[in-house]
Amino acid sequence: MSDNKNDPRPPGFETLAIHAGASPDEKTGARNVPIYQTTAYVFDDADHAASLFNLQTFGYIYSRLTNPTVSALEEKVAALEDGRGAVACASGHAAQMLAMFVLMNPGDNFVASRNLYGGSVTQFTHTFKKFDWHVNFVDPADPENFRNAIDEKTKAIFLEVLANPGGIIVDLEPIAEIAKDAGIPLIVDNTMATPYLCRPFEWGADISIHSMTKFLCGHGTSMGGVVVESGHFDWAQNDKFPSMTEPDPAYHGLTFYETFGDFGFSTKAKAVALRDLGPTLAPQNAFNILTGIESLPVRMDRHLQNAQAVAEFLEGHPAVAWVSYAGLKSSPYNALAKKYLPKGPGSVFTFGLKGGYEAGVRAVESVELLSHLANLGDTRSLIIHPASTTHRQLTEEQQIASGAGPDVVRLSIGLETVDDIIADLDQALSYAQQKAAE
Amino acid sequence: MSDLYYPDWQIRRILRDVNTVAMVGASTNWNRPSYFAMKYMQDKGFRVIPVNPRAAGETLLGEEVVASLKDITVPIDMVDIFQRSERVPPVVDEAIEVGAKVIWMQLTVRHDEAAKKAEDAGLTVIMDRCPKIEFARLSGELGWSGINTKVITSRRSRQIRA
Repeated sequence: MSDNKNDPRPPGFETLAIHAGASPDEKTGARNVPIYQTTAYVFDDADHAASLFNLQTFGYIYSRLTNPTVSALEEKVAALEDGRGAVACASGHAAQMLAMFVLMNPGDNFVASRNLYGGSVTQFTHTFKKFDWHVNFVDPADPENFRNAIDEKTKAIFLEVLANPGGIIVDLEPIAEIAKDAGIPLIVDNTMATPYLCRPFEWGADISIHSMTKFLCGHGTSMGGVVVESGHFDWAQNDKFPSMTEPDPAYHGLTFYETFGDFGFSTKAKAVALRDLGPTLAPQNAFNILTGIESLPVRMDRHLQNAQAVAEFLEGHPAVAWVSYAGLKSSPYNALAKKYLPKGPGSVFTFGLKGGYEAGVRAVESVELLSHLANLGDTRSLIIHPASTTHRQLTEEQQIASGAGPDVVRLSIGLETVDDIIADLDQALSYAQQKAAE
Repeated sequence: MSDLYYPDWQIRRILRDVNTVAMVGASTNWNRPSYFAMKYMQDKGFRVIPVNPRAAGETLLGEEVVASLKDITVPIDMVDIFQRSERVPPVVDEAIEVGAKVIWMQLTVRHDEAAKKAEDAGLTVIMDRCPKIEFARLSGELGWSGINTKVITSRRSRQIRA
């Protein structure tokens, strides 16, 4: 022990993106992860079956819980986040559900940043209420707002570090401190940044969540979500998390934290939440996302380059009232971007047109190359009017608070030739401006 | 997990070469971590002899529970300690006495002074790790549960024991 305390240099991000979780298939020697299109797996004998059901040995039982293609993806994402373990599932929304299912009991609440994807606001506000789980939204601009909203029933803080619909960056480090003081985990939705741009655990977060449908998959082909655990949270520091620290009646009295230690949370999220709620990720989707992740670093570099060029173009365009991209020097979030996303603040951002709501809608309807749809993180450049789509279920007050007011247009800049993206936006904006003048 | 670092090759070598393991603090309760570890290691071809004075004479997973390391009549390769850290020193003293080659302290168990004593006596010491988890990690089985094994390899076989 005395002479080998120094961890060797860990593999670089690009190496992990390709190799983590994806060593050759032991049965066949297949170099890439095969698509295991499975439902159930045979047991060696009754004792083997019992060991598996008791979680005493590692192995596959039934594909609602585990599948080799899906687990390769889980390990890869866990490695990219420098986390301990991960649970993949059918979508980002499912990931939020699984994480909260482990943390929350009826009557509990969590504190969330108000700058979130509109679908998350709706899920937290309305659907979670049916489980008697409650959410307090706060303005993340002042970290103390999180502290002030915490009470004895609060079980987590939830935020997006690079916030949808765009341009806002949340100051992670002091909020992680506040979570730590309260003895509750900080959950970061890292979808918009990806682990290539920001690794929330390095700033004190405990759990990260992704919609893998976005940049991780990267090609707009497959839905998927994932929950990653850092392995550093002490679930036994207080009595807030009985599902981790008390014998579980759903597993014959097994205590998850004691038995699985620093991967107890992901084990619980899989063995109970995924098992009993059932939002399993399809193996084909896992394969598509695995393939996407292999090129994540090079794709993100180009996403950033194109986004910066488009943001600068828009900032100088006569039809544009404002641009909210943290990569611009004019952005109030430029300093936070340099701290938390030193490579660049992603490729999703918003802008407003001088003609307001009507001009925005007209611009969105006039593009030829950009696609008008509700997604982000595609190779294709995407455009949308959040107030009438992704953030539609919010009140107007909530829309404005979350950065999705009536005049806001959101872009997800893709990987096309940047001059072509700019030319298309230019013609759409000019047309919208001209129409507004008529 | 603590800041202790053991290279993968060292752990792999121990798990390959060790055959007989005395598990100090083995529980007869099926849902305790030590029971999980014992059952798993038996499946992987280790002989695990449970040591627990409160259960001495009982049969646990086909093995008779003994009261102390000194009651074991076969040579012991490794002593796996499922006890709180402060109870480690006397176990280490006995392990040295009975000629064990490896002392392995479970997750959260660490006693630097006792470790130093064992190392000075020529034993290999691993602390704050679980042999079941390490076996599963290096053989790839832990990845089946989506856990980050930190193993990057282009080789097909990750088998530890022949």
